[in-house]
Amino acid sequence: MNLSDDQFEVVIPSQYEAGQAVVERIMTLVQPVGFQDRDLFGIRLSVDEAVTNAIKHGNQSHPDKTVRIGFHLDERKVRIEIEDQGPGFRPEDVPDPTAPENLERPNGRGLMLMREFMTRIQYNAKGNVVVLEKHRQTTPVG
Amino acid sequence: MSTGKRRIDLEEIGGVTIAKFVDKKILDEANIQTIGGQLFALIDEDGRRKIILDFSLVEYLSSAALGKLIIMDKKAKAAKTKLRLCCIRPDIYEVFEITRLNKIFDIKSTQEEALEDF
Repeated sequence: MNLSDDQFEVVIPSQYEAGQAVVERIMTLVQPVGFQDRDLFGIRLSVDEAVTNAIKHGNQSHPDKTVRIGFHLDERKVRIEIEDQGPGFRPEDVPDPTAPENLERPNGRGLMLMREFMTRIQYNAKGNVVVLEKHRQTTPVG
Repeated sequence: MSTGKRRIDLEEIGGVTIAKFVDKKILDEANIQTIGGQLFALIDEDGRRKIILDFSLVEYLSSAALGKLIIMDKKAKAAKTKLRLCCIRPDIYEVFEITRLNKIFDIKSTQEEALEDF
């Protein structure tokens, strides 16, 4: 459902391609509004990781489960909310991938990258909804 | 196992295999599985002993791709294969820094530098 160009909400099936289509849609809306290149890279990476987590880990790619994605863009920030239909998880239980004993483990880096690149990342108590926010640099232009 | 469309270009220079990723984005699960299979085959099937992974065409990768690289690194160590990475653009290098993977991989700026004393 399209409310306007800077706000939308969609419900997608638990399929990688459907997730990527939403990532592309979000980036198309975010790109022209003046985020720096590093921020655009970080937003894409974070949304991609969060949507992939929702599909793969949250919904276990189950064909009957969906992912809801809300998008809001204003002059100060972009906000993306992603909800899956899985049992949720506790972010604090994810081991620190940079600890020496975990450095060579192949998983667990997505959450860390989201935290690093976004201004704010918040999970609900159940752990099946994540809100990602990136605030724009306040340096005046022109 | 190296099934599917080839996702890496291979070149031999003085006994060193240069494996160059052909995709701009390394993120989709199937794609990553294929790339992983083709990379692992360089060690497991071909028995190559010196490998440089060239990222010059890669603009973007996901954490799942990082996972494959870590497994590649483990395989290389187990097989006593020397592995180097090169030509990683700054955005992606930052991902390696944040996750401290720059500490476990031998990363060089250019292919020439990666070939030096290898």
